Amino acid sequence: MNLLSIRILGRGENTKVKKAIKAAFPATIPVLLGYLSIGIAFGLLFENAGYNFIWAFFMSLVVYAGAMQFIAVSFFYGGIGIIQIAVMTVLVNIRHIFYGLSFLDRFNDMGKKKWYMAFSLTDETYSLLCSIKAPPDVDEKKFFFSVAFMNQSYWVLGSVIGSIAGSMITFDTTGMDFAMTALFIVIFIDQWKTYPNHTPALIGLGCTILALLIAGPESLVIPAMILIVAALMLARRKIENKTANIIDKEDKMP
Amino acid sequence: MSLSFSESLLIIVVIAVITFALRAAPFVLFGGTGTTPKLITYLGNTLPPAVMGMLIIYCLRNVSILSSPFGLPELVGVAAVALLHLWRKNNLISILGGTVIYMVMVQLVFA
Repeated sequence: MNLLSIRILGRGENTKVKKAIKAAFPATIPVLLGYLSIGIAFGLLFENAGYNFIWAFFMSLVVYAGAMQFIAVSFFYGGIGIIQIAVMTVLVNIRHIFYGLSFLDRFNDMGKKKWYMAFSLTDETYSLLCSIKAPPDVDEKKFFFSVAFMNQSYWVLGSVIGSIAGSMITFDTTGMDFAMTALFIVIFIDQWKTYPNHTPALIGLGCTILALLIAGPESLVIPAMILIVAALMLARRKIENKTANIIDKEDKMP
Repeated sequence: MSLSFSESLLIIVVIAVITFALRAAPFVLFGGTGTTPKLITYLGNTLPPAVMGMLIIYCLRNVSILSSPFGLPELVGVAAVALLHLWRKNNLISILGGTVIYMVMVQLVFA
């Protein structure tokens, strides 16, 4: 009996990892589609700038930021100072500073993996992690890590494919990047259904449209984030009251 | 390559370090479990739906509704994703279906 349980324990960890990977894969398919297509586009652009698949692999491995890597391709043609590049990076990626706030407790429990999880918080991984739950019999930490790791693999793979075989892709991929927009719409709808209060979702849409009208399409992210955080803080009492009421009602249910 | 090896490497490293610093900042500032200020917890809970709304608009930011095709491909694409999702409640069907419909719109219908 004891021997048997030891053997099961030894294999238990392995089974848990396998279970987490199996549960994570279907959840990551939308990101697989999106990342392969935009990753390929990036690889192709980078190749045209004179950087082969090793460079694409390396950049996707250490930077791992979709929009930023596209913008960065222009830096490699020269003439842009390193300070300017640093400032551009801050401006383009500043929104990521908010993403960790939603996962403070969960990632802090993950030991050393916490820093990889923080690193992996792209728009797509953040969105996906916000919207999915580990199945009841799957370890949540392993599940989250599997999702994050698979997503980055798709991105790295896509950019390598793009730089090696991009010119061989024969069908018209125009519009394929819409997969990313579609992913955000799907998650938006799911969250609309599960969140007790719709004010934050409406604040997100409204503030960004306002920022778009004021600042224009090229520089809308920073004003949008500032407006969103300000509006959320102003609406805090209202949102918290509404949420608390609903939780009260649920508690009183038989 | 118009830049040298080390110049190219420097660009990648600078972008990588800044991007990671931004993503890791909340964990450096609020490292321990349970020590997070209430306002930060509140923002952490309410930001996901707001950010999703922002990202949708961000993806559509270059769509012009004043000139041809007046954002119609995007409107059809967004509507297709939303309707498919409300109907079948399956992420993959909604995303694949919506993307294919959008690709048909931009490549064939409004080409």
